[in-house]
Amino acid sequence: MACSEDGEAVRSFVSSRLFWLIAAILVVASVLPLWVSGYVLGLLTVAYYTAVFAMSWDLLFGFAGEVNFGPTFLIGLGAYAAGILDSRFSPGLSIWWCILGGAACAVIGGFVLALPALRVSGPYFGLTTLVAVLMLQNFVVVFADLTGGEIGLSVPDVITVDPKLNYLFAFSFMLVAGGILFGLSRSAVGLILQASGQDAVQAAALGFNVTKHKLFAFTVSAFFSGLAGALMVFYMGTASVGTFIDVAIAVQIIIAAVLGGRRTVLGAAIGATFLIVMGEALRPLGELATLVVSVVALLVILLFPNGFLGMLGGARG
Amino acid sequence: MLVWQILIDGFAVGALYALGATGFTLIFGVSGVLNLSHGAIMVASAVAAWAVTSLLHGGPYVAALAGIAIGMALSFLTYFLAVRPIQGSRQIAEAEKEIFILTATLLFGIIIQEAIAYQFTNNAKTVLPIIDGVVTVLGVRTPTNEYFTAATCWVAIGLLWLLVNRTRRGKAVLAASMNPRGVTLLGFELSSIYLAVWGVYGFLTGTAGVLLGMFLGVSSYSVGPLTASAFSIVVLGGLGSVSGSLVAAYVVGYLETATAYLISPEYRTIPSLLLLVVVMYLRPHGLFGRR
Repeated sequence: MACSEDGEAVRSFVSSRLFWLIAAILVVASVLPLWVSGYVLGLLTVAYYTAVFAMSWDLLFGFAGEVNFGPTFLIGLGAYAAGILDSRFSPGLSIWWCILGGAACAVIGGFVLALPALRVSGPYFGLTTLVAVLMLQNFVVVFADLTGGEIGLSVPDVITVDPKLNYLFAFSFMLVAGGILFGLSRSAVGLILQASGQDAVQAAALGFNVTKHKLFAFTVSAFFSGLAGALMVFYMGTASVGTFIDVAIAVQIIIAAVLGGRRTVLGAAIGATFLIVMGEALRPLGELATLVVSVVALLVILLFPNGFLGMLGGARG
Repeated sequence: MLVWQILIDGFAVGALYALGATGFTLIFGVSGVLNLSHGAIMVASAVAAWAVTSLLHGGPYVAALAGIAIGMALSFLTYFLAVRPIQGSRQIAEAEKEIFILTATLLFGIIIQEAIAYQFTNNAKTVLPIIDGVVTVLGVRTPTNEYFTAATCWVAIGLLWLLVNRTRRGKAVLAASMNPRGVTLLGFELSSIYLAVWGVYGFLTGTAGVLLGMFLGVSSYSVGPLTASAFSIVVLGGLGSVSGSLVAAYVVGYLETATAYLISPEYRTIPSLLLLVVVMYLRPHGLFGRR
């Protein structure tokens, strides 16, 4: 952490340059539906939901300093709860209630997971969250009557069938979620989280309730993960283990956040969009696509540990 | 009858888990690294052994040696490409090196996994057993190779114990796990100790991979579950405690086997996951953890 005047100046410069860059990206992204095909829009829609997953993860890891291997536990809870509500009570219950129900389930799940998880730290915390994902995955397969099992759960309703509307909806959702998460990370709460992530004992000695703040970060992360998961179900029309819960998805989210730059929230969104778009652009390579993406990600992490946003702001960390 | 079946199969599964987890916990104990490319290295060793017998028509012993050699080579590659650059990096804060090593080894594992899938497809592969035939012990018909697997695992673990406790180099490794700085002060090159440990790790993991390929078969889909099971066994036993890992490997091996026989193979992993949650809640640092 650069604390000198000089460091502050550099950081404010970066954030102002960053501000213009982001403004430019946002303008381009919001007029994109006018030119590009529905196919590209569909790809970006998925990328935007993934961006929210990655930003929620960054709030918990980058600021609270906890290695969470289980973002898909929260996403999966939100997605499946919303999907099951809709498939059981379809015409009677509007999908917005289902989505809210999904987000609520994720928050409750996050709370339940946080209670034992916050007793431990480091690798033990990582494993607890990983186990939560594996349990949820087993649960979905075992209770196949309710969840559709390995085949997947198809929901009767979708948000809309128009790719442009879907795109704009996902885009604005990402903007709102990103704005709230970014604002939170720059607020006093974000600072306290960062302090407790770096030295929990000292933060507690300064009079901050570390556990309460971490629990809060967990809850916020759970809310947005679950909400994004629920929305994505009603975009795709199906929920399956492979798209919402699988550990591979968790890995992708973690890589996206680290690749974009930790502790930046916005970097996570850039990393997620990059990963999804690049994975698709490399599709002609066939099975080599994932290999190439992984090699690029490994190189970025080794050579530019501060991620894309770190590259932009020079080598200061 | 069923009891004996569970006892015998569980013994072999437990031995295999123990061998896989021993290397994992050794690396953590000495250098504090959780190597998430673990499952990928195991699968690569098994696939290498499979390729030698089925594509190059080599004998089973040559195949096993080739598998172990690949395990060691990949272990060194993981160390040099994904672990050492981060440990030595000045751009990454000390506190954040852990997440970077986790991410980098995870990525390296995915790279290995994808390379295997590209070269040899995702199909499941079974390595030719070293010992053919079936024996009947206590009324249970078991492939002779299953006993061979369990015996080899225990011999390898025994050799490791001798190496660590009875040789000069091994004692240096043990000392490095307790106090790296002290070992350096006594004139031991820490980097050569790390190199030796990664070599031993590659040997153990390669052996475990080849045996697993003979016993259950592997495919590139088994990478994630293998890493997860090694991780959970090691945490269940307490990170850095080898004896804890051995006990935990048997607990998990028997729980899984008993569930598979008595309830359904579908529920195989659920009881051990539940046990892990309970242990994490009651004893956050594992059964025999020291920190």
